[in-house]
Amino acid sequence: MDDLLADFLTETNEGLEALDAALVRLERTPDDKPTLSEIFRLVHTIKGTCGFLGLGRLEKVAHAAENVLGRYRDGSLSVTPPGITLVLSSLDRIKEIVTGIGVSGSEPLGDDNALIGALDAAFAGQAQLAAAAPVLAAPVAATAPVAAPPVAPPQAIRAPAVDAAPDPAGTPTAGPQTIRVAVEVLEDLMTLVSELVLTRNQLMQLARASGDNAFAVPLQRLSHITTDLQEGVMKTRMQPIGNAWAKLPRLVRDLTHELGKKIDLDMKGAETELDRQVLELIKDPLTHMVRNSGDHGLEGPAERRAAGKPETGRIILNAYHQGGHIIIEVGDDGRGLPLDRIRRKVVANGLATEAELASMSERDIQHFIFRAGFSTAAAVTSVSGRGVGMDVVKTNIEKIGGTIELRSREGRGTTFIIKIPLTLAIVSALVVEAGGERFAIPQIGVLELVRVGGETASDGGANDGARVERLNDTPVLRLRDRLLPLVRLSELLCLDASEQADRDAGFVVVTQVGPHVFGIIVDRVFDTEEIVVKPVAPILRHVTMFSGNTILGDGSVIMILDPNGIARATGVGADGVAEEAAAMNGPAAGLRSAARTAMLLFRAGDATPKAVPLGLIARLEDIAVDQIEMAGGRPVVQYRGQLMPLIPLSGHWMPPARGEDGGAAARQAVLVFTDRGNALGLMVDEILDVVDDALKIEARQDQPGFLGSAVIAGKVTEVLDCGYWLRQAGEDWFAPDQQGQTGARVLVIDDNAFFRHLLVPALSAEGYDVTAVDDAAAALRLRDAGQTFDAIVSDIEMPGMDGLIFAAAVREAGPWRDLPMIALSGRAAPADVARGRDAGFTDYVGKFDRPALLRSLADCLAHVGA
Amino acid sequence: MQHIEAHAQQPARTPARIGEDPVQVFLTLTVGGKPCAVPALSVRDVLGPQTITRIPLAPPEVAGSLNLRGRIVTAIDLRRRLNLPPREAGAPRPMSIVVEQNGELYSLLSDAVGDVVPLAAKDAAPNPPTLDPLWAAVSRGVHRQDGRLLIVLDVERVLAFGQS
Repeated sequence: MDDLLADFLTETNEGLEALDAALVRLERTPDDKPTLSEIFRLVHTIKGTCGFLGLGRLEKVAHAAENVLGRYRDGSLSVTPPGITLVLSSLDRIKEIVTGIGVSGSEPLGDDNALIGALDAAFAGQAQLAAAAPVLAAPVAATAPVAAPPVAPPQAIRAPAVDAAPDPAGTPTAGPQTIRVAVEVLEDLMTLVSELVLTRNQLMQLARASGDNAFAVPLQRLSHITTDLQEGVMKTRMQPIGNAWAKLPRLVRDLTHELGKKIDLDMKGAETELDRQVLELIKDPLTHMVRNSGDHGLEGPAERRAAGKPETGRIILNAYHQGGHIIIEVGDDGRGLPLDRIRRKVVANGLATEAELASMSERDIQHFIFRAGFSTAAAVTSVSGRGVGMDVVKTNIEKIGGTIELRSREGRGTTFIIKIPLTLAIVSALVVEAGGERFAIPQIGVLELVRVGGETASDGGANDGARVERLNDTPVLRLRDRLLPLVRLSELLCLDASEQADRDAGFVVVTQVGPHVFGIIVDRVFDTEEIVVKPVAPILRHVTMFSGNTILGDGSVIMILDPNGIARATGVGADGVAEEAAAMNGPAAGLRSAARTAMLLFRAGDATPKAVPLGLIARLEDIAVDQIEMAGGRPVVQYRGQLMPLIPLSGHWMPPARGEDGGAAARQAVLVFTDRGNALGLMVDEILDVVDDALKIEARQDQPGFLGSAVIAGKVTEVLDCGYWLRQAGEDWFAPDQQGQTGARVLVIDDNAFFRHLLVPALSAEGYDVTAVDDAAAALRLRDAGQTFDAIVSDIEMPGMDGLIFAAAVREAGPWRDLPMIALSGRAAPADVARGRDAGFTDYVGKFDRPALLRSLADCLAHVGA
Repeated sequence: MQHIEAHAQQPARTPARIGEDPVQVFLTLTVGGKPCAVPALSVRDVLGPQTITRIPLAPPEVAGSLNLRGRIVTAIDLRRRLNLPPREAGAPRPMSIVVEQNGELYSLLSDAVGDVVPLAAKDAAPNPPTLDPLWAAVSRGVHRQDGRLLIVLDVERVLAFGQS
């Protein structure tokens, strides 16, 4: 019997047992909504699973029973004992069929028309009293005469089926290769093994100390066996997520037939390991979500063609580790969530009034799909669309401490992002020390380690330049022309590190959380170790800086840092905060993606704060005013052996009157931009702060040099147009390189106006002919309109169709199929790069990395030309 | 890693029955010079001084965590919890009385652990109304034993702090 079927039988048998009990409970308390919902879901699950296993008879019975239960749940039919009897008799029938499958591997033949008829009658609201009695007697009578199975000998089927019927709990169906073990048993085993390991370590230490060789050999064996046992037990808990996905290709295949759609299923990261318990809990939600994507998300071929999309829709599953979490994305490139329909349904169901809806953001409205009983499907199909779905999915995911988010745009698709904490999972962690205490940092989020020397760094030749600098008391690290915000772990955790002389010496753990990269300063770095994450005690749950604790090999307890928590606490890259804040403020109008950018706030000219993304600035300098000289009517300063032009942001700058005042006091704050050995300074009045906020330009303005205003850190702030100011530096700032391609046409796709404004002048200045659009669909429209380009530069993280889907769409067909494509992304970890390449990108460049982008473009075009 | 298992561990697990009187078995301990007691049946282990890992940002009552045969135990500093002066420098390191609550293990750090003693219900008295409110909140009452008064700690209430 195939594994799928064996799994199904085990699950269904468990479900059926639960159902019996629940139904009896329901009969006693007919108004018990939770019980009713539970029953409904159990039946729905059975129906859903057997649907794609091709168990037609089972599906029909379950579907009919579900219909009746659906009306009970709506309250449009009242629960009566005869009704329950009828549903129970359909369960008996299901059990009977399931037992038959367990014996023969296929559905026994039989006639369920009488039962289904009675159920349908009940569904239609007709009197069930008369119908119930004959149906109850029907099963045995109905199956007996029909039995003529073509493959297996009839006796073999009949005998056990009859035996098993009175005792459905003891079904002999489970596959012989696997057994189900309660997770607690594994949990206990794990604890015992940990104890064993510690005891072994103690013994080894003793043996070494005593130097008694008699024990050496058996101890060695004990040690090996202990290690093997530990690995074995750990293995029992971990499973690749691919196991939970194994059923999906079949499910999707059947969906394509049933719905007449063309669907490709793309599964990435199937090897990502998950704790067994977690896996079990997300299996059903994932199945539901994929089915929903196929049924509601994707359009039929004709509709897709009309919308200018490839006929074949895509469902994309992607699993990966991120910052101590496991992220599972389920996405499609279908029609997206229909906002209008959701609005109507919300009003119809009384979940909110029109007025409330009007003030809600798109995102809030989309989130209504997570409410119980909410389904926007116009027709109830046998695939999905009964409103069992997203609310169950959400409940199940929250049960294991996870979150679910969605990204959707009408016409472009929907992606659900499930984030599950790695509680219980085994991770590789870096052990570090700060303020005299040791901590573990999950290796997943760590990009690199940088040794920093503080004030005494100059003697170490290899690491010169790696030095902690300060922006207004905020430590930053300049790493490969990028300013990295830093947090000092001992300060963050309020550990007393005051006696340490050299505050900035130590190591910087460069960490990535989502698109944000920041550094954590620690005093020492030890080793990496495989650790078993254990949840912290409830009294400590509020300390978000830790994701758990663990016991190291030497037996000591150590706290595990949560990079997400650190990012949130320091405001470096607070993904969650935006969402939480949005949830608390209710309707935050126009709130878009939670993409956040670290920005430097400063003042220049007037009182309005100004902002520029921190990533663009090479460094901040504080220059003595008397060092500023005038050359050709422009202020310049000698800077690192070169003349650096200075541009006053306030529009005018007067050299101070030289002479009498002694001039020690006057200093000028300068933002330094560098490129290919050139440096340019923007003179500002005062540096205010470094904040992390969503960069969303609200109001455009005509003032040259500024892109517009945004609300940053609660204040209206003008966002600097760097391109404009850099052009002010003179002609050679953006002078094309010798190898610069002239006239090559480049298409830029980025949803963020700021980056578009940054890229377009930068590329134009290199001689490219640049067209910029703000989303992937617009780009595809250009393609379909027959426009041609020589290269495409696309953002990855975009609402609606993201860069990866876009790249795949371009590669699939059409005149752009062979164009070089360069991905731009804030995330540039190797895994991201690999994902980008898989999707069809030629190259992958970090955002802000202008030289790399130019190089990559030149390379790509050179290849095409050759 | 050294586990020093105290003598009190075994008797703590055997309920005693003496005569007909309702008798409960308690483990006596001293914290900040005050004689206290906890119901012996709630005690899982008594450990000698342990290596305790500090937990930054934790409530002040939490002294840290320790490893009890592969399980992580959260150590509660009873002196802090009961608002007593901190341990003097050079004083012997505290003993751990390990209790379990809702599947989690906690260690109550005490200066000294005494014996397991049966106390007759007739010797029990409710908290005097003048008892410090902090103490009253964690005490189940007082017990007279050999001429001294034992404060009986309610483990659940001792662990109920910082739930803001």
